[in-house]
Amino acid sequence: MKIELKEISKSFGPVAANTKINLSVSSGETLGLLGENGAGKTTLMNILTGLYKPDSGQVLIRGQQREFSNPRDAIKNGIGMVHQHFMLVPVFSVTENVILGNEPTSAVNRINLKEAREKVQNISSKYNLDVDPDELVERLPVGVQQRVEIIKILFRKAELLIFDEPTAVLTPQEVSDFFMIVNSLKNSGKAIIFITHKLHEVIQICDRINILRRGKVVGEVNPKKTSNSKLAELMVGRSVNLNTKRKKIDPGDVLLKVRNLHVISDKKEKVISDVNLKLHKKEILGIAGVQGNGQTEFIEALTGLRKISSGEIFYFDKNCTNFTPRKIHQMGIKHIPEDRQKQGLINEFSLTENIILNTYYEADFSKNISLNWNNARSEAARVMKQFDVRASSESSPANNLSGGNQQKLVIGREMSRKINLLIASQPTRGVDVGSIEYIHGQIIAARNSGIGILLNSTELEEIIALSDRIVVFFEGKIVAELPSNTDPKIIGLAMAGVIT
Amino acid sequence: MKKLIQSQQPINMNRVHGSLIAGSFLILLAIFVFILFGFGVEGEATFRLSRPSDPYALPNLVLPAENSIGIASLIIAFFGARLIVKTPKEYTVFFALSFFLAVAAFLVWATAGKSFSLTGMLQATVVRAVPIALAAMAGIMCERVAVINIGIEGMMLAGAFAGALFGSIFGSVLGLLIAITVGGVFGLILALLVVTFRVDQIIAGVAINILVLGLTSFFTSHLLKKNPHLNDAAVFKAIQIPILAELPIIGPMLFRHNIFVYLAILIVFSTTFYLFKTAYGLRARAVGEHPKAAETLGISVIKTRFVNVIIGGMIAGFGGAWFTLGSVGRFDEGMTGGRGFIGLAAMIFGRWHPIGALLAALVFGFADSLQQKLAILRTPIPSEFLAMSPYIVTIIVVAGIVGSARPPQAIGKAYVKES
Repeated sequence: MKIELKEISKSFGPVAANTKINLSVSSGETLGLLGENGAGKTTLMNILTGLYKPDSGQVLIRGQQREFSNPRDAIKNGIGMVHQHFMLVPVFSVTENVILGNEPTSAVNRINLKEAREKVQNISSKYNLDVDPDELVERLPVGVQQRVEIIKILFRKAELLIFDEPTAVLTPQEVSDFFMIVNSLKNSGKAIIFITHKLHEVIQICDRINILRRGKVVGEVNPKKTSNSKLAELMVGRSVNLNTKRKKIDPGDVLLKVRNLHVISDKKEKVISDVNLKLHKKEILGIAGVQGNGQTEFIEALTGLRKISSGEIFYFDKNCTNFTPRKIHQMGIKHIPEDRQKQGLINEFSLTENIILNTYYEADFSKNISLNWNNARSEAARVMKQFDVRASSESSPANNLSGGNQQKLVIGREMSRKINLLIASQPTRGVDVGSIEYIHGQIIAARNSGIGILLNSTELEEIIALSDRIVVFFEGKIVAELPSNTDPKIIGLAMAGVIT
Repeated sequence: MKKLIQSQQPINMNRVHGSLIAGSFLILLAIFVFILFGFGVEGEATFRLSRPSDPYALPNLVLPAENSIGIASLIIAFFGARLIVKTPKEYTVFFALSFFLAVAAFLVWATAGKSFSLTGMLQATVVRAVPIALAAMAGIMCERVAVINIGIEGMMLAGAFAGALFGSIFGSVLGLLIAITVGGVFGLILALLVVTFRVDQIIAGVAINILVLGLTSFFTSHLLKKNPHLNDAAVFKAIQIPILAELPIIGPMLFRHNIFVYLAILIVFSTTFYLFKTAYGLRARAVGEHPKAAETLGISVIKTRFVNVIIGGMIAGFGGAWFTLGSVGRFDEGMTGGRGFIGLAAMIFGRWHPIGALLAALVFGFADSLQQKLAILRTPIPSEFLAMSPYIVTIIVVAGIVGSARPPQAIGKAYVKES
């Protein structure tokens, strides 16, 4: 089977997401689709799976033109997709999720659960996708949920499988398992499209790579004859420095000390138990771990957003356990939250308003009951200039900015005033390569200037590139403390809780 | 992998911690029951279980008031102490039993020296539970596809009005069908507002309530008051199920009713079957939990929501017709009296499950029939306070017991189909 896209264009309002895109993929082949966030990869795949209709262009299957008016048409034509955010109903069982929309039924529309279970079991044993058909999806680890998604597609007899950023939520071990699954699917004659922005992954797993930039295909390369830096250049459109330079410097005095910290989640579960930690001046301490192992709650506890149930936090030898976020901020502990749109910014507010969000009460911006907007605007202009935030004006709303510029705005707000300790959570999530380069540079410069930095990231590469020391979180505990030159495989094993 | 799954089981700190509070609460309840009902009460409470005319008549249940109340409060206190010492897994059962005993003690106190038809009250409980259960089913149909339906009260009122008016003109059967249709039309209106035009769901529901209240009041004063023959529908007669109706207690409770009770029970079980056994039900629940996932599998979120909300409206219309065609045969302004809202409470209490909601509706129906029957016993409690009891039970249940119930995840959110 061969699937071809011809001259596909799609715009949303004035924004062209895809412009005259051509690509093709055949059975027994893995096509890599590489591009930055916003390059148009997901839009293109949503067209292929019938969620969007293209403005112009054709989809050809086995040489014949097909039009998909809804996802069902695409499914019927053998196209299935594993979305970046899984399309699974958490409270349904594995079987229910797999059969949803194509249920085997007997009289009066009653679901034939026995038949459904058998089918699920057959597929999972045929392709070595080990899953319990009766388990609720919400109880499954992410790696297994991904296998459920694959079974879901195979159950619908898909010939083309599309994976959208499939490794974003996996541990390194799960990634290598996943690659084995992809290869075995390919060898059984399926066509595969692999969407990602991770360079080494496309080189490792794909037979052919197409690179997308600003909605256009800008090149096709053979993974065997390319390199990370060549791919990055095609992806970004200019040469990029991928290797962050980090001089070794000796750390200073202890800045932050965490003792026997225990924290309870919203669901009243223990999420952090007995965490001990020391952070020095002039040091970047990386927190590695698969998402959901307590890192978020740990950082919320440090920044005063979540109550500490027991344990103590010392900052400059001063006990600051359960201080309010404002107090903590005033002491020079600054926080780059993991989700800039939900916690970092108020999307509808202007850049100026966002810049003074945590300092509006200070004498610079506030007099009696009124705000000094002139000072606020000049502060905004200063931060934007210093931190390379590109926007039409400081009065435009934050949601007009690209992800990278939004992130630089948050970083600028936090780092442009009195700072001794920076707590950075996912500082480069979903931003373009150029901004990553810039943000990493800022973090290292801050460290060299004497600031202590706590870096939380689920991207292991980022942790390894920046950290002087690494702690690994697993199920709310620190299971390992490692030097930064540790083999990534060992860190991966610690992240999976295999070694402690 | 195994280890990972196990460790995700929640460690419920609340339960360990809560036992002291829960236990002391029960002990307080015991003291309350003993002081309020047990002091100075004299004589015997006689509960009639059968009418003398019944084929298998049961003897009356006679309880010595003071001793029974004393024993009840002792048992409640024991439960409380048990919870403080060690909290068993089934601690909600202890709670339910304690409340049951407290209510029983109250009844003994109210009946002391008199006689009271227990079977009559249970029969009334079932009857009173019917509109509440139907409102809850309407709510479940809508909320399972993530549409909040605050407008059930209005839909029921419309059904009640249509039932009375068209029942008077065309006869009860046709009147009932028209009432169901009117409910369905309001369901369609709600779906149009919230699914198609993405109006805020609460506002849309409130709008329907106000609209129906205004319309029915207007037509009552301008049409029905001037033409009394248009507000005089024949009420559906009770159908005795052979043999079963003769059983003591259960017979009068369940098998001597008109079609509303039987159909309501049928609707409860069909809704359960539909939601949890059929493919359409699975799709409906998926639309309520994760609409985008449903859409990627080719299920139309919009269509699913329309169909379910319209069916919900039809059930509400049917429930509304109970007030006129199943009960008094005539329409009065605002006669649904908040039963639609209580039905929503029953839905939440029953955790969005039809059977659970039915049981919850029976609790509310019990409170409703209790206040009605107690008025006959002439207790020193003012009748206004008794009339409040269904609503007080609602507040206690919603605020205290439900607490952590988990609604469908997409509830209240409009679905925007991208294209």
